[in-house]
Amino acid sequence: MDAEPEEAQRLATEARDRVRFEEDALALSDQVYRVARHLANSREDADELMQETYARAFRSWRSFQPGTNMRAWLLRILTNLNIDRGRRQQRAPQMQPLEANDYFLYDRLAENGDGITDEDRVVERLSQDDIVTALSAVPHDFRDVVVLVDLGDFSYSDAAQILDIPVGTVMSRLHRGRRILKRELAESALEEAT
Amino acid sequence: MKDPCAHCEEMMQPYLDHVLTDEEMAAAEAHLAECEPCRRRYRFEESLRVYVRKAANEQMPAELRQKLAALRIPLE
Repeated sequence: MDAEPEEAQRLATEARDRVRFEEDALALSDQVYRVARHLANSREDADELMQETYARAFRSWRSFQPGTNMRAWLLRILTNLNIDRGRRQQRAPQMQPLEANDYFLYDRLAENGDGITDEDRVVERLSQDDIVTALSAVPHDFRDVVVLVDLGDFSYSDAAQILDIPVGTVMSRLHRGRRILKRELAESALEEAT
Repeated sequence: MKDPCAHCEEMMQPYLDHVLTDEEMAAAEAHLAECEPCRRRYRFEESLRVYVRKAANEQMPAELRQKLAALRIPLE
């Protein structure tokens, strides 16, 4: 039996699968970046993290199961690399002041709102910079979940798989993370008002 | 009895994430229908989420796109 043509055919099929994988992964890069930008501490970090993620994904493409969620698979690699980079050591010292409650930001903005009570207009009192800065001030454990769910549109269970934590932990970190984000926004809005 | 507005505040995130039970959802909606301050705050939270997503949306730099494409493993 002639094994060589079979081997050549196998290699050709594999090459085709790999190229398709690479194209699919690259097509998702905008969506992955949107999340990576805020999981990382800066644009430079996000840039490096994306390159490390794609280098690793291209090397280990065989471990991706076709038909499963490739965006979640890429972000799993990315969050692991982000943790490996030692950024956990930069975690803000505990304890942060307690983040009031969920109504805190609205109440503060509305108080200083020159009588503006329309909810959409109240939101506009925050600038894009306020939001990006406030997000980066949320400690990583909480920020990871807020970024994956609120910016990346991942479900609780996808976020749990990506971060390798229980769904209940995703929910509690998400709620706390959103509150911390609002507290940070309230602080920057108040600074601007004074 | 629990302060209904305080309870409504606890329900806000799960309500907007659509993870309340039917019963909890009905209770939250009944309170929102009659409490304008809570209704305003819920609407604010919804607008805030949309606004944060929009404000945080940064385009990937073109150079990075090229760098990623260059990482593909060459065909032999």
